Amino acid sequence: MTEPTIFELSSPGRQGVRFPASDVPEVELPAAFRRKELPLPELAEIDVVRHFTRISQKNYAIDLGFYPLGSCTMKYNPKINEVTSRLPGFALTHPLQPEDTVQGNLYLMYTLQEWLKEIVGFAGVTLQPAAGAHGELTGVLIIQKYHADRGDTQRTRILIPDSAHGTNPATSAMSGFEVVHLPSDARGNVDLEALKGLCDENLAGLMLTNPNTLGLFDENVTQVIELVHAAGGLVYGDGANLNALLGIVRPGDLGFDIMHLNLHKTFSTPHGGGGPGSGPVAVCQRLVEYLPDPVVAIVEPGGEELPPLYGYAHPTKSIGRVKSFNGHFGILVRAYTYIAMHGRDGLSNIAKKSVLNANYLLAKVKDTYHLPYDRRCMHEFVVEGQWADAPGIRALDIAKRLIDYNFHPPTNYFPLIVHEALMIEPTETESIETLDAFADAMLKIAVEARENPELLHEAPHNSPVGRCDEVRAAKQLILRAPKA
Amino acid sequence: MFTPHTQKDVEVMLKTIGVGKVEDLFTEIPEKYRFPELKLPTSLTEMEVADELESIANANGSTKSLLNFIGAGAYDHYVPAAVDMLLRRGEFYTAYTPYQPEISQGTLQAIFEYQSLICELTGMDVANASHYDGATAAAEAVILAYHHHKGKRTKFLLSRAVNPQYREVVRTYTRGSKDITIQGDDPETGIDSSMEKLIAQIDANTALVMVQYPDFFGRVIDYKPLIEAAHNAGALVAVAVNPTALGVLTPPGEFGADIVFGEGQPLGIPLSYGGPYLGIFAVTNDLLRKISGRLVGETVDNAGRLAYVLTLTAREQHIRREKASSNICTNQGLMALASTIYLSLLGKQGFEAVSNLCFQKAHYAAKQISSIQGYTQVFSGQPFFHEFVIRSPQPVEHLLEDLRAYDILGGYDLGKDYPELEGCLLIAVTEKIGKEDIDLLHDALIEVTHD
Amino acid sequence: MNFPKELKFAQTDEWVRLENGIATVGISDYAQDALGDVVYFEFSVEVGDKVKAGGQLGQVDSAKASSEVMLPVSGVVTEINEAVSDDAEILNKDPYGEGWLLRIKMDDPAELEELLSAEAYQAYRLG
Repeated sequence: MTEPTIFELSSPGRQGVRFPASDVPEVELPAAFRRKELPLPELAEIDVVRHFTRISQKNYAIDLGFYPLGSCTMKYNPKINEVTSRLPGFALTHPLQPEDTVQGNLYLMYTLQEWLKEIVGFAGVTLQPAAGAHGELTGVLIIQKYHADRGDTQRTRILIPDSAHGTNPATSAMSGFEVVHLPSDARGNVDLEALKGLCDENLAGLMLTNPNTLGLFDENVTQVIELVHAAGGLVYGDGANLNALLGIVRPGDLGFDIMHLNLHKTFSTPHGGGGPGSGPVAVCQRLVEYLPDPVVAIVEPGGEELPPLYGYAHPTKSIGRVKSFNGHFGILVRAYTYIAMHGRDGLSNIAKKSVLNANYLLAKVKDTYHLPYDRRCMHEFVVEGQWADAPGIRALDIAKRLIDYNFHPPTNYFPLIVHEALMIEPTETESIETLDAFADAMLKIAVEARENPELLHEAPHNSPVGRCDEVRAAKQLILRAPKA
Repeated sequence: MFTPHTQKDVEVMLKTIGVGKVEDLFTEIPEKYRFPELKLPTSLTEMEVADELESIANANGSTKSLLNFIGAGAYDHYVPAAVDMLLRRGEFYTAYTPYQPEISQGTLQAIFEYQSLICELTGMDVANASHYDGATAAAEAVILAYHHHKGKRTKFLLSRAVNPQYREVVRTYTRGSKDITIQGDDPETGIDSSMEKLIAQIDANTALVMVQYPDFFGRVIDYKPLIEAAHNAGALVAVAVNPTALGVLTPPGEFGADIVFGEGQPLGIPLSYGGPYLGIFAVTNDLLRKISGRLVGETVDNAGRLAYVLTLTAREQHIRREKASSNICTNQGLMALASTIYLSLLGKQGFEAVSNLCFQKAHYAAKQISSIQGYTQVFSGQPFFHEFVIRSPQPVEHLLEDLRAYDILGGYDLGKDYPELEGCLLIAVTEKIGKEDIDLLHDALIEVTHD
Repeated sequence: MNFPKELKFAQTDEWVRLENGIATVGISDYAQDALGDVVYFEFSVEVGDKVKAGGQLGQVDSAKASSEVMLPVSGVVTEINEAVSDDAEILNKDPYGEGWLLRIKMDDPAELEELLSAEAYQAYRLG
């Protein structure tokens, strides 16, 4: 059923919330600045609540079922996070309050910085970036300033493997770098020979996602990093896939210089229908002073009786501020809660179970779906969604048919280096029963693809709407509701 | 806890995979670094963590216990209960970007309505699905203008009365671009409301002029002469707004803005120590193709039913990669939803009421405070919305400290960002402040001044 | 699929027609077909620009993809087909006619020799 827009539901004279009358003497806004009409909808509270409840029911979500969207780490979002982040002591603090009135916030941020440093093995962390791509921008700007400060201005190139997320090249270009593509070898690793040819005095850095978007851990990672370092470049780690490595290996130990973390992937903060995320950036010792301004620090050490005084410190060579205020603080509270609940022993269980789940699922489907790189996977894997004996069937059809089985489809058409890619990331929070049910659906769909391809082409059948006309949307461009 | 595996499950799974133990799945990782010992505390149960977080939160003084007059880019407004109740629906907050429109119509319709509401509020033609916050939206405005002029214009003029943090972020974002020069916000150009010195800098090389409305000092300035000058020179104009003010003020779309952006936090989003907030971003139809970030459009499904989809995706990083003008991927979906619900609930009457209450109370506060011996209103006589500047007879740092004894957060010390406003305080008043609160501030100021 | 004999083609799928030292440039029928429904075209150059072969001419977007269109020859841009900016669909409907993109006064008409003939291009694309 089509739900009318909030404008169509409006009826002049209705009001959802009343406010107290003014208790001060009235003054007039100069007529020149006064708004003539305010075309907002008018609804009672019940209309608003029903409207948004009804449209919410047209969404698929983790709370409804399995969401194996590769590279997005759609793990369960613990409910306690939603409680702690809304505590009035956090939610009702103004970002510009004097530091001595927000010692709780500063303690939490400081501790989270310390924990993240320890987890990934780096010397410094900023919590400012708002999302993964924003963390990438921060990291690449650090690379830029590091070379510029050393007078190494001829270092204009960033190497990016062909399997990388689109944000990597977009970020590098946005920061003024030339993007050079780095091919993968037959096992899905960075092609070492190609890399050697590109390691010269123009090299600013390499952006590497490890495990990569194929779900494969680069077997030559330490060599790759050594080559880049030997040429004077820095190595940026895209932390999108950190879930596979928690407590297993610290990217800082492997030699990465900079890395962003996605709290909304690895550390269970909700994806919110497309944000807000949070993308802290960790750096090695020589880059600590380049972090965005400010970072949280202990400004006066505590004593036996007295806790330390927390405040803001200003890195001396900072790239500057990347965002207003103090990052996505509400998201940081959630991540803190999550890490505290796992502790020193629990974090590796996340990685272990996510890798176990992915390999289990892979084992169940790999005889039916072609695996372009036949290796053990980490937390996700990529198969091809096409068969020679099922002409006309594409990954998209399989993805849409999965909706009929009440699953969210995997990521499709990414990474670009696999034809008709289906990228599957089950995460650690799913049970064997769920994985079995999903594998069964994948196998049934493979049979349907041969026997009744129309079933796939026309899928999904029972969703709130069917396949949408995206060409029409892009040509007609209706981007707002008509005025009420 | 959050992993449902029983010992038996693990055994079955390992057997299916063909390995003996879970650790064997990690043999590709250099052995030297495998399974590090992490120096972290031991794990807490939910009951313990709830306690711990409660006590951390209690170490703060919040706007519940302190009377708050700090604004400067984030404002303490009342958020109706229904906003958060609806945000907590798992269907909204545990979904991701609506890549699969068939099962994401809730998120898509909400964003479509958000875009529509922002257009109505700002008087613009098209709004995107959001940026991270006001500051990053400012940077995106600069990037848009750069691409609009195909990189051929290099001068970007920012008014000194634009939020200092926005200007800082713009400078950070553009530090790698040799052909972008940020200027116009120097002390010499100054903060005079005539804008004459800024207008004088507009030339054929100017890509963008950025101003704020109300400006960082709360002033409501007539930007028509500036916009005319910019347009005559072929430059774009970006106007940073406080959305609450647009409940009573003429929207920038009506006086010629090309880009309207701003911090959306006042629209139903808690202060939460600075985030997550919401970057509002809207443009005219002429710039529609240049807008970065996500856009939702209306279409039909294969049965002819109305449906919403992400559209113009070819502009985005996952398709254009290094050719994309912005790298934005994740946006502020849930925060955009919060503001959509907030605006729907308040509606025309409620939103205008909040806007007017802020305006009225701020004016009362300004009058009361400037009536105290030694305190003067700095831009006296100029229209303002819900923030104003007071020059204090004593150093602001001490004044604020003294007010704390009364549990009052007295405002924002402008001397930190503006040497020319040393000794000045930026005071914000929202609908949550009552007359008696303002009188309390007034009385406290008298007391601390007489000390 | 149409490969007009009188045109020259670049391997990057642009065509060129030379008349009195002025080259008219567009994208090939093969390119428009591969792109699918074109929804938008954006020029990277303006009239009066001095351009070099191999540089970017513009960006063409279909519903799901985005591709660069390259400059097949060098010279000065003398005319741009604004109709394409208004209604990019004409690239699908009439790539060799109404869907032309721009005209360039060539620095050196001999540059044309480096492009493919219609036959060679057809063989290159369709094998």
